[in-house]
Amino acid sequence: MFLQTVPALSADTGLTVRLRQDAPIPLDAELVCRPGEVLALVGPSGSGKSTVLRSVAGLYQPGAGMVTCDGRAWFDAARKVCLAPQRREVGMVFQSYALFPHMTALGNVMAAMGHMTETERRKRALDLLAKVHLDGLEDRYPAALSGGQQQRVAVARALARDPKVLLLDEPFSAVDRATRQRLYVELAELRRELKMPTLLVTHDLEEAAILADTLCILHRGKTLQTGAPMDVKTRPDTVAVARLVDIRNIFEGVVLGHDEGEGVTYLGWQGHTFSSRLRPEFPLSAKVSWCIPASHVLLHPPNRPSRGDAENPVEGVITDMLALGETVRVEVAIGTCGASIVMPVLLHVAQRNGLKPGAEVTLTLRAEGIHLLKED
Amino acid sequence: MDWMALRLSLSLGAWTIAILLPVGIVIGRWLAWRSFRGKGLVESLLALPLVLPPTVLGYYLLVSMGARSPVGRWFEAATGHGLVFSFTGLVIASVLINLPFAIQPMQRAFEAIPRDVREAAACCGMSPWRAMLRVELPLAWPGILTALVLSFAHTLGEFGVVLMVGGSIPGETKTIAIAIYDRVQAFDDHAAGVMSAFLLLFSLLTIGLSYVLTNRARVIR
Repeated sequence: MFLQTVPALSADTGLTVRLRQDAPIPLDAELVCRPGEVLALVGPSGSGKSTVLRSVAGLYQPGAGMVTCDGRAWFDAARKVCLAPQRREVGMVFQSYALFPHMTALGNVMAAMGHMTETERRKRALDLLAKVHLDGLEDRYPAALSGGQQQRVAVARALARDPKVLLLDEPFSAVDRATRQRLYVELAELRRELKMPTLLVTHDLEEAAILADTLCILHRGKTLQTGAPMDVKTRPDTVAVARLVDIRNIFEGVVLGHDEGEGVTYLGWQGHTFSSRLRPEFPLSAKVSWCIPASHVLLHPPNRPSRGDAENPVEGVITDMLALGETVRVEVAIGTCGASIVMPVLLHVAQRNGLKPGAEVTLTLRAEGIHLLKED
Repeated sequence: MDWMALRLSLSLGAWTIAILLPVGIVIGRWLAWRSFRGKGLVESLLALPLVLPPTVLGYYLLVSMGARSPVGRWFEAATGHGLVFSFTGLVIASVLINLPFAIQPMQRAFEAIPRDVREAAACCGMSPWRAMLRVELPLAWPGILTALVLSFAHTLGEFGVVLMVGGSIPGETKTIAIAIYDRVQAFDDHAAGVMSAFLLLFSLLTIGLSYVLTNRARVIR
């Protein structure tokens, strides 16, 4: 599955990673990151995201596999090649930033430019600090900088070495929400100038979707699915990926038929027949797991008839409503076998429509949102 | 005031910390970041001088460095004079009894450097040697300074081991602590008082200086 979505691993530009080991941290990861691309490694805590990143940096040596950058082997277990971090030309932003506390902002950036003369280092460090909007704060020590400013110093320091690969290990986890939003914009601006592959480790799907070109879902050290963020979020390959991208509406149905002319696969569930995107690879009458992201479940306005089967109307009873700020998480029981669909509804919409537990409602399951899942 | 004894004590302290500086850095750094089988045993052995009575330690040093011991015989063959009751023997004994005073603060100082800061140094392209000079030592130096001050002050005040290994040979092994004891034995309270007051003042000054410097280092961070 994975190999269909990424080019061959022998690419001679960009970063290719293939890691295998059983213990102490299980790893079965494959990924390719092209020059200029931002690839987000997303997974829950303990999924091995940071280990993959550290393996690329040379801070961790896995049992087997290889890491190549622009065709050069940084790590190749079979040939017993494992370059030290100093020789890998990576720029790394650590989760805690790991700034040198006894050096000023300028000193921190200059410390990563051991290969240049003092004058060159100073000039380039000042340029980099200006680029991350820190001009005027060059002489401050890290303790006198805010979290956001420290993160910017860390980014400038990571870029100072002219790295072949940029590695970002949860770089936004230690700042407040407002600062994070601002840093997203700055990083998005900065990345237009960056020509190297960038690996971003995060557990935040939204963050990954904002910043990355490619999303790679990692679970227990294994890369499960790689693709465009929207594709992975709305069309997960398997039930496991669907759960990891936080899709709650996962059910079991039966494949009723395929209509290649219409581009539709018919799915039976709870006595309903739904149309969904054509997936001829699923055999007829087979039991199949399917999912629908909450964003594709719509509340039918009451007293308005359904416009037809294409909208996949489903009747149900509201069993639970939970206010979460400006939205309400509404749980609707469908049929009699305990299945329920969860959807967010804006608070004012819920109030206007008089939604309350026990109320009967009709939902629309948008055909483009219904997605059949393969076995794990 | 026995100036000769004072000079000898200062010289012994200087030699002791000059040897313990590199030794402490290497061992302290190694213990701080490496985990290996038997690490607890190594740490216990290095901490032993803290709890062992100085006379016991002195006795074993006397036996192991004496003219009948292999070390003593080798030293005598090589230099023409014995190891015990000599300044060199005193320096060796002083280094050994000060190992915990030097290593433990240095080990704690290296342990306090976050792992990711050390890794950041590597990711910045610094060689291990450069990372040590530019990052590790500057961050660990308050601990290193404390270690040196403690060792130096402890050397000035050491009595039991010095007496066992060095005796009390003026100009060779008679340190100020032993001179004070000598003066008290000779009912020369004035000289003993002056030397004691001097040691008290000196100890206070060095400890105070190390606190000031350590605090200043913390303020910067």
